[in-house]
Formats: sequence, C-alpha cells, structure tokens
Amino acid sequence: MKKYAVLCVISLCLAMIAAPVFANGQKEQAASSSGNVTLTWWHNGTADPLKGVWQKVADDYHAAHPNVTITPVPIQNEQFNTKMPLALQSNDPPDIYQQWGGGQLATQIKSGKVADITNYVSSWIGELGGSVKGWQVNGKQYGIPFDLHIVGFWYRKDLFAKAGISAPPKTMDELNADVVKLKAAGIAPIAIGSKDRWPDAFYWEYFAVREASTAVLQKAMDTQDLSAPAFIKAGEDMQKFLDSKPFQEGFLGTPAQQGAGSSAGLVANGKAAMELQGDWDLSVMTGLTTDKDLASKLGWFPFPQVAGGAGDPTTTLGGGDGFSVTTKNAAAGADFLKYISSPAVQKMLVENNIASIPVNPAATSSISNPVVQSVAAYSGAASFIQTYFDIALPTNPGQALDSAVADFFAGQGTPQSVAESVAKANQ
Amino acid sequence: MGDSSVSSIIRQAPGRAIRPGALSSNGKLRKRLELFFLLTPALVFFVGFVLAPMVVGAYYSAFKWEGFGPVSDFIGIRNYVRALSDSVFQLGVVHNLIYAVLSLIIQLPLSVGLALLLNRNMRGQGFLRLVAFAPYVLSEAITAVAWLLMLQPGGFVDQGMKAVGLGSLIQLWLANTHIVLYTLFAVITWKYIGFGIILFLAGLQGIPIELREAAVLDGANGWQVTRSITVPLLGPTIRIWAFLAIVGSLQLFDLVWIMTLGGPANASTTMVTYLIDRGFQRYEFGYGSAVAVILFIICFTFALLYQRFVLRRDTEGATTRMVGQ
Repeated sequence: MKKYAVLCVISLCLAMIAAPVFANGQKEQAASSSGNVTLTWWHNGTADPLKGVWQKVADDYHAAHPNVTITPVPIQNEQFNTKMPLALQSNDPPDIYQQWGGGQLATQIKSGKVADITNYVSSWIGELGGSVKGWQVNGKQYGIPFDLHIVGFWYRKDLFAKAGISAPPKTMDELNADVVKLKAAGIAPIAIGSKDRWPDAFYWEYFAVREASTAVLQKAMDTQDLSAPAFIKAGEDMQKFLDSKPFQEGFLGTPAQQGAGSSAGLVANGKAAMELQGDWDLSVMTGLTTDKDLASKLGWFPFPQVAGGAGDPTTTLGGGDGFSVTTKNAAAGADFLKYISSPAVQKMLVENNIASIPVNPAATSSISNPVVQSVAAYSGAASFIQTYFDIALPTNPGQALDSAVADFFAGQGTPQSVAESVAKANQ
Repeated sequence: MGDSSVSSIIRQAPGRAIRPGALSSNGKLRKRLELFFLLTPALVFFVGFVLAPMVVGAYYSAFKWEGFGPVSDFIGIRNYVRALSDSVFQLGVVHNLIYAVLSLIIQLPLSVGLALLLNRNMRGQGFLRLVAFAPYVLSEAITAVAWLLMLQPGGFVDQGMKAVGLGSLIQLWLANTHIVLYTLFAVITWKYIGFGIILFLAGLQGIPIELREAAVLDGANGWQVTRSITVPLLGPTIRIWAFLAIVGSLQLFDLVWIMTLGGPANASTTMVTYLIDRGFQRYEFGYGSAVAVILFIICFTFALLYQRFVLRRDTEGATTRMVGQ
C-alpha cells in the first residue's frame, strides 16, 4: 500500500509536468487551422521611445492586415543570449525575434527552427543594398536588418581646438601625435569602457581590418582561422598603441555606457576627447550629460589608416540590428519584416532616433544631425563592411576573441595569443 | 530510505498518538490523503526544479553541445578534465576560497563586534540597527551598479577619501588587477554585514541574562563576560553564520558580474562567473554544465562535512531549517 501511495505521488508529478507540454501542442494546432495569425515578436526595446515605436509598428501593421495580430514582447538586450537557446529548443519559439546576424545566426540555425526566408524576400530585398549579407548563411537569407552600425571615432571639437589640433587625424601617426598634444593640454585623449570587453575588441578588429585585405578577412571569418600574418600584425599595432597610453586613467574598470563615469559619459562631459564607438554613441552620450549643446560639439572620423597595411582604406567595421523569423509562421513573419524595412517605417525609425543609419537608403534623407549624416554617407561609400568579429564568428570563438583582446589590454597575452584564441575555442 | 523515515516521523508525530491496536481503515486512508496533500506540492517543485535540472545538467555535462540541435556529441569526462586543468577555472576556485577565508577572518569578528555594540542599551538603538541592516535589503544588482559608479577614478569614493585626508591611499579600485578582488570583497562585506549582525543580535537575545548577571556577581569584568559567557553561548549562531557565509562565498556571482565581469584579465573571476561566461556567453552548454556539476559537488561535499563535523551538536534532536541565502 505504501508503494502505491508513492506511485500516486510520482504519477501526479509527471502529470503536472506534462500538462503544459500537451497544452502547447493544442494551441499550435488552433493557430494554424484558422486564417487569423498571431505572431509573437521579441525585440530589445524595453524602454521608450523604442518600445512605443515598435508597438505602433505592430499596431499599424495589424490595421493594414486585420488577420495578422502582432504581439511585441520587449526583452532586455542581454537576455537574448540566455533566452534564445531555450526558446529555439522549445516547441513554442517567438515567431519574430531580434537577431544580429553573422556566426551567432549560423549557430542558431542548427536548431532547425529559424526560417530560410530567401524566397519570401527575393522580390524586395534588392532595395536594401549589400548590408543584408550579414544575415545570410551559405547564401540563404535568415533575417533582415532594420538599421546599420558603423564604428568610428567620436571626438569633441572643442577639446581638439584647445589642444591645438586643427583637423581630425587620417593616419595612425597623426592620431599618435594628437594623443601627445591632448595629454600635453591635460586632457585624457581617448575614453574606453574596457570593463565591458567589447569596446577593446573594436580596436584590435580595426587594426586587423586595416592590415588585412578584404579577401583575407572573408576567408578568416569563413574558416574561423586567424593565423594569417595580418592578424599578428594587428596585435603588434595594438601593442604599440597601448604602449602610448592613450586611454583615461583606470580604463580597465570603466563601463562603456553606465553613468557619467563611463567612457561615453567622459566624452559627453568633456573629460576625454575621443571614443571609438558605434554610431549609437551620440544617443548614449546625450543621455549621460546635462549639456544641451553636446551634439554641436561632437565630430566623427573613421579609424585612421595604418602605414603599410594591406586593407582597403574604405573598409569599415560595423554591423546592424535585425530580425529573424521562425519556421511556424515564416511567410507572415517575412511579410512583417518587409513592412519594417519599407521607406515609411524606416523614416519613422530615423525620426524617432531609433535607427541612426537606416537599412533602407530611401530613408537616409531623414537623418537630421549633420554628423550622423556624414557617418551614414561614409557607410554608404564603404567598399566593404566587416561585421564585428564576435558577431561574424560563431558565438564561442567570437566571445573567446573578445576575452583574449580584453586580457591583452590588461597586459596578459601576446599578439599570437589573441590570434590563436579563435582556433583554441574551437578545439 | 526517505519513505521509511517519513512514515516513522508520522508515527511519532505529537498529538497524533497511535491508539493501541490496529488503525481503522478509515484512519489509514485519511493519513494517506493527508500525506499526499501535504507532500505533493513540495515534492513536485523539488523534483521539477531541483532534482530534474540537476540530473539533466549532469547528462549534458558528458556532451559537447552548444545549445542548439541534438545533444549527440558524447565526449565522456573530457569536459571535466578540461575544466579542472583550465587555469582560469582554477583561478576562480582560488578566488572563491580567498573570499571564504576572508569572510571568516574579517566579516565574523566585525559582525559579532557590531552586534555586541548594538545589543547595548543606548539612545537610537533601533535606528542604528536599521542603518546596519539597510545595505542587506538592497538588491545585489543595485548595490553593484552604485558601487561601480562610486569606485570609478575620481568618483565618490576617491573624493571622500581626499576629503578626509586619505588621498594618498587612493588606488585604481576596479582597474588594478592586484586590488580588484579585495575591492569587491569590501563591497560584499558592506552588503552582507547587516545579515550577520541581525543573526547575532537574535543569538544574543537567546543568552539568558542570568548567566551574565551571575558572572558579574562573581566579579567578572565586561571583557571577561563577553569572552567567557557571551561568545561561547553564541557558538551555534556563529556556526550557522559561517556555513551560510562560506556557501555564499563559493556561489558568489551577481555583484562580481555586474561590477567587473570577472575582469580585468580574470583578476576577479569566480567559479560561477566562469560558468556563466562559458555556458551562456560562449554557448558551451555541455562544458558549462560540467562546471556546474563540479561547483555542486564542491558545495555539497562542504555542506555534508560541515553538518557532520561542525553543526552536529547544534542539530542533534532537531531539524535544521535554513533561512536566508
């Protein structure tokens, strides 16, 4: 009898655990059998204005397509890392979710739940230009970006003038000279948020982009092999640059975007003259200072040329934000992505400061800030946009590279150890 | 084993003395139903959210698996070998042990001392207790972000030290790889000292006043009373506190992750920041599971040994219920 009671308890446990699974199965059937579709949409707009704008985009789409209801679910940016593997393993993944392309996308495709939307988007994807390549895996389209990102130097014109610098540097030698001038004027030359690791990687990656030809870069990403001499040279360039001590005091513990003491905050408040960051830095800086005239004091210049580097001078480092669609409602999801990349929505994203560089060139004219306009123009003229290495590579080697570069910044490691980190992670 | 001990507890349950002779079948059924309803919810949660994930984690730990697709690349104990021979993981273990030892030799005397002070009758006693306890109530994330901002070069901490003439002692609190570990320990102490104080204040209430009065009558001075009466009688509380502090040190994560991500160059990495970094940042879920299993074995072994050798006297004849962390 005792055993019987135990059995009862166990079977009840099982029933309770299994119940939600069966319930899910039923829900799925209900969704596909009728003409109406409800799409869940995971995006990282947890705060306004982004949250409100995405809600409006979903509502407007529903108004135009009454049989499609879109339910936006805002999710904290960092949580995508932890939530997506679980969601893509489950039977109920979101229909549309935020995706940054590259190797992470390639990793997620192994779940079999991410939809190949090549055929759904072929009629209109041409309007968007070459940037959509970042969301392709083996030539198939698995997502669509809604904006682009370009990494470059944001600098303060007022501090440059104070240090007697007349024009932004075009070569590393000029940049090094400017660092000396700024130090002499008592100004921290460059702010960096090394605590967060990824800002460090921008430097090493840009040195790699300047040292390596486009063919070498593409081959390295495809084969996940950074053993080419250009990548060792990038580390040596990096070492030389670090030796000139261009960064603010205690940069290893500085966050990138949190508070006035962060690297963005230091530039925003005139405590440092430059920062190598994405185009989004303008909006981050605006939020970290009370200075209403900040935008007029800022300028932008691309990462300087490295003497003797084999890289195409107009190659830039960047990426973008996009969305992928899962297999269950792929056609409806792809149509929604078409709507997001349409000129009307793209213009709205620009006007609301959500996208600084829209993916659809038709919306570029809506950019109001002249500095961001020049960034967008630079991006449009780029011969090749190299996606950030940690996104272009699969997740594990990409993160290993970020860590290796961060260790290098903290004085641990060599140009070789950084270049080898990717191969090591894949062992 | 659980089955027989449960039924023996039921048989001995106070107020439910067993009538001489056999139970009526009605009584038996009622007892079963009672058992069923009382145990089921806890059992479901324990099995579903503790035991099952542990078993699944142990299963994943034998595979190379990046979180997507089938779990098929069986590699035996290679994940474990890799973790135990990885210098960063070893560094994490060392840091955890440093935190555990530091909390015993610094936090323990500090919180016992403050509890003794706060136990005295004085004006504003309640207010002072509240102040000491306040940091504990803050969420760990808020504590971490606030201290991250205050500890930046030229930030609040540096300004404060300059103001009181300690400017020469200023360090790069979070950027110096030799100091960051201890900076974090100071923040942890600030945060958790209130918990120790409250625990010891409660322990002090349990010491009969008569014992101290008798000692005073026998001519003992205040220091002697504290040393020979109060602290020894606080023993059980100290042992429980030490248990919680050590387990807390071994599992340290939130604060470190937010303030330094375990950096710079792994100078403040812990076992759990390593686990999260490899598991969720790098999507090495199989490997991360192996690290989690190692962490579990370390904590579990420690808990068993501690219960067996240190807490034995305190828990004899009583069921210990862990509260808090």
